[in-house]
Amino acid sequence: MTKQKGFERPDGRKVDEMRKMEAKVGIVPNADGSAMFSFGDTIAIAAVYGPRKMHPQHQQDPEKGTLRCTYSMLSFSVSDRIKPGPSRRSMEISKITEWALEPILMIKRYPNMVIDVHINILQANASTRCAGINAAALALAHAGIPMREMVSSVSIGKLDKQLVVDVNKDEEDWEEGEGATDIPITMTPNGMITHLQLDGKITSKELKEAIELARKAAKEIYEVQKKALKESLKE
Amino acid sequence: MAKSEHSERKVVIPGEVIFKGEDYLPGEGTEKRGDEIVAIKYGLAEESNGLVKVISLSGVYQPRRGNVVIGKVENLTFYGWVIDIDSPEGAFLPLQEVPGFVSKDGLAEIMDIGDMVAAKIIGIGGRGIDLTIKLRGLGKIEDGLIIKINSNKVPRVIGKEGSMINLIKEESGCNVTVGQNGLIWIKGNKIEDELLVKKAIMFITEKSFTSGLTEEVKEWFEGEKGK
Repeated sequence: MTKQKGFERPDGRKVDEMRKMEAKVGIVPNADGSAMFSFGDTIAIAAVYGPRKMHPQHQQDPEKGTLRCTYSMLSFSVSDRIKPGPSRRSMEISKITEWALEPILMIKRYPNMVIDVHINILQANASTRCAGINAAALALAHAGIPMREMVSSVSIGKLDKQLVVDVNKDEEDWEEGEGATDIPITMTPNGMITHLQLDGKITSKELKEAIELARKAAKEIYEVQKKALKESLKE
Repeated sequence: MAKSEHSERKVVIPGEVIFKGEDYLPGEGTEKRGDEIVAIKYGLAEESNGLVKVISLSGVYQPRRGNVVIGKVENLTFYGWVIDIDSPEGAFLPLQEVPGFVSKDGLAEIMDIGDMVAAKIIGIGGRGIDLTIKLRGLGKIEDGLIIKINSNKVPRVIGKEGSMINLIKEESGCNVTVGQNGLIWIKGNKIEDELLVKKAIMFITEKSFTSGLTEEVKEWFEGEKGK
């Protein structure tokens, strides 16, 4: 991906450079599995409970288990206090997270049961759903739930005509030229896409380029996730 | 990977290729994709006689046939007791698996809701987990102390061929039953002895990653007795 002339990112990163990532596993002692994942100032924690019996009973599915995600931004995570509790936005992201994670989970082994994933955003600077999915994937692995693969999530942005990796808040609000397009993508290390959202305008050629960028970024994230899981057992 | 390295256990994550080639069989926590053995769980990968398996070190207790577990009576039915053994699925102790004759109205006299019981898993089927108490050392728990630890640390409390648990029993003079689900029943003559065992088990769970733990616990007991 080449940089267009005269383009500078607000924080001086290269177009394909991600913010500093950090991951840690086993941070919530009472959960069955838990993890933290951060992109720069965006910090997400995920806690997994279960598999356990689904309650109420009429929601049980005897064919396969259920994955239930709850995404929530804590009231102090942004500079203007946000009202705690479910909102239109958080319910959408919860559902999206479920769809992003379900294809990799071997949930068929847990009929009539539910796996609860609680994602909390401690600090937000854009890409919170991606940080949340990354943390949730780590927490699910930590909970010992059978998975086909890990998943890594990254947001690709189009600022005016320039594609960039890992969007932050200043870039998300980009107003010059064509404005900002935000494309959160979730994929497995070998490039299978489990989730793709697009908010804005983009040509099909540019979208293909964006996916290629995400492939590269997802590999980087995967290495961070792998390291976090492997190191938590070495203590 | 060369065959000589196989005895060494290594940490694997879901989707990671453990072995390549047709010499291996996929065991628990693994899957065969093409000619690769792939981990589907996070844990330690182990290989013996070509069978590869992954042992989880975190997460909820996964019941297995033959496990001795400690549970709480959750409910009574006409045919037996529903027992909570801290696993995803509920467990059932049928009337036939209780020694002696039990009349259908007298279930509560044997075990009532809230009672603790040590039992063995005899089967896991589509209809849930079945338990028995028709073996020595099993049955309703009348007295003593029950503590709960992380079920993934149970193998450390038992030790290689029971070395750790035997050490604890000898040093304290208590009778200790370790349930695979992480519940431990301690029965001693004095409450002080029981509390000493509790302290020792907490010490083991905190240090569960160190090697040569049995020796360390031996020293710990000597230190505790000198006090």
